[in-house]
Amino acid sequence: MTSDSRPPAPRPRRPSLFGLLRSGLPEPPPPVDDTLVQEIARKVEDGAKRRLGRSLALRLVDAGSCNGCELELHALQNPFYDLERFGLRFVASPRHADVLLVTGPVTRNMREALERTYNAIPDPKWVVAVGDCAATGGLFLEGYACIGPAEAVVPVDLTIPGCPPSPQKLLAGLLALLESGKKLGGR
Amino acid sequence: MPDSSQAEFPAAPQAPSSGRDLPPSLAELLQQGTLVVSHRPWAQAVVDPVLWQRAGEGLAGGSSSLLALWGEPGGVHLAFWEASEGRAGVMTLRCPNGSFPSLGQLHPPALRLERAIRDLFGLQPEGSTDPRPWLDHGVWELRFPLGKSAPAVGPSPYVFLPVEGEELHQVPVGPVHAGIIEPGHFRFTAAGETVVRLEERLGYVHRGVEGLLVGAELERATKLAARVSGDTTAAYSFAFARAVEAAIGMEAPRLADWLRALCVEIERVANHLGDVGAICNDAAFARMQAFCAILRERLLRTADTCFGHRLMMDQIVPGGMRAAPPLDALRRLRELTGEIARALPEIQEVYDSTPSLQDRVVGTGVLSRELVNQYGCGGVIGRASGRLFDARRDLPYSPYPGLRFSIPVREEGDVDARVSLRIREIEQSLGLIQQIIDGLPEGPSFAPLPRKNVSPGEGVALVEGFRGDIFAWVRIDERGRVERCHLRDPSWFQWPLLEAAIYGNIIADFPLCNKSFNCSYAGHDL
Repeated sequence: MTSDSRPPAPRPRRPSLFGLLRSGLPEPPPPVDDTLVQEIARKVEDGAKRRLGRSLALRLVDAGSCNGCELELHALQNPFYDLERFGLRFVASPRHADVLLVTGPVTRNMREALERTYNAIPDPKWVVAVGDCAATGGLFLEGYACIGPAEAVVPVDLTIPGCPPSPQKLLAGLLALLESGKKLGGR
Repeated sequence: MPDSSQAEFPAAPQAPSSGRDLPPSLAELLQQGTLVVSHRPWAQAVVDPVLWQRAGEGLAGGSSSLLALWGEPGGVHLAFWEASEGRAGVMTLRCPNGSFPSLGQLHPPALRLERAIRDLFGLQPEGSTDPRPWLDHGVWELRFPLGKSAPAVGPSPYVFLPVEGEELHQVPVGPVHAGIIEPGHFRFTAAGETVVRLEERLGYVHRGVEGLLVGAELERATKLAARVSGDTTAAYSFAFARAVEAAIGMEAPRLADWLRALCVEIERVANHLGDVGAICNDAAFARMQAFCAILRERLLRTADTCFGHRLMMDQIVPGGMRAAPPLDALRRLRELTGEIARALPEIQEVYDSTPSLQDRVVGTGVLSRELVNQYGCGGVIGRASGRLFDARRDLPYSPYPGLRFSIPVREEGDVDARVSLRIREIEQSLGLIQQIIDGLPEGPSFAPLPRKNVSPGEGVALVEGFRGDIFAWVRIDERGRVERCHLRDPSWFQWPLLEAAIYGNIIADFPLCNKSFNCSYAGHDL
């Protein structure tokens, strides 16, 4: 029984990946643009804050995007931005959502899907047009295949321009949605 | 199928004939047509319907791969790659009667392309085995928008292929999916958990890019090309710029080519990092995604300091680059590539040594070598199933002949092979980025294009993006505008194979299979 007296051999340690990481993540949130807050505050109803608290569930519909906006929306969930720490999270079903994000110059082939997704979101709800295409139609206004900005199909409360908007801009815009609720509460 | 084709081509497309009649070589057939001189750099010939049909037999016999098949109001074109001769070429068939012999009846990879040609131009593929619309969902205000347009007839229910058998059930998914993802419809038929058929229905993000490009000023056309598929914007811009430069018979300055390749390799690393993380996340291994996303984010931020845009959109233009990156930004990029390269072995080790992950990826979504060869499937998907094709090597373009890199290839064709190849390709691209930064030539990064007295011409280019080979064809008019342009995403020859790869797998493994393919919706729907 000599083996008992020896200390057990250490188990080989599996690499952790995060040993490689520098600290300081997530980064502090970007300052919220005051004009964005005012734009939202005008549109958000008083009751919203009481019902939603400081949390918003987001649902994205790509209505004709080139996938550029989607990449940057994905980036919001990486450890640099860590969207969920602000109470903002993407949900799978529109039935669970407060906010509809729309990207792309709404194609005719996506119109029905966009409308049905919007209708499936319970009230109160907000629509954010993400990116230049959803904001204005971008380069795709002419032609047979696109309808134009998201506003042409669903009522838009906030636009976040950019091609695509950077994660900082997206975050600032979405935080403005939350901030506006706070300001309304004190009105 | 019509009788004539049955008689001439008895074998099924999946099993090319091994008998006395060798399939005709498309490069030989091309010589029998009328050669066009204003087409660069590949040979183009106008052929008659008989030669066109023979070309279909050649494609079905496997002597050549179909690179692209596209229309314009008066005709159809096909581009091919003849591996044995290392040559590519373009065949054109005029369609005065509004129809052309279907290649799809002989060679299934052409089917969806022909459906798209019919939807957009109204040209009928005679004898096609699939008469259903593809991009036209019946909600446009007109039919055949790019040809002799006709009044719309309104939407009609899409007929999915019949599936018969006991205790089968269907699961419709999309076009709006659960995550942050592009739209498309998947119709699963399952026996219990096992998928017995997947049928895709795409076209939801059809923006009419090809129509918008007709007659577009070059500046606008360049921006449109950069937005065909935003995740691979640098490679699209590279392909478009090279096609334009070929059409007007000029070359970009040497430095521009090096910087273009730099953008495309950064893009490849960024996307592969995102995909490796996302595939692991779909197997509920979130740690890898968090880690890869950090590396990706740092790379995008460095790309931003180099080129002024995180995705490097609109940086590559006909004539060269919009701007050359500052030297200190390039130095930072070089340092970062070293850091990513040092992290790769650990990513590989964690990936290899996590049983819960390996259990999900090994042997899942197997795609056969026969199918990737038949479809001329490019990119990681083709190479993970043993098809060694890479435009950087097989139809080399500046600056790649002067750079050292290898093209990893696997035989297994499963999710694991596609993940592992991505990791290997990251490694190779990091090496390319370092070589490019170290060897950047002197000189200008932009040469202005002639604005007047342009000799009209056509140009083609094939550029290896992170998904595979992107094909660009453009015809420039005498005022230097785009008369017509066609951009073919690699996904055209990958989407159909996803239907094959998922067969016999369980529905729960579909996200893994789908993510390991990562086909483009926007690039395909155009």
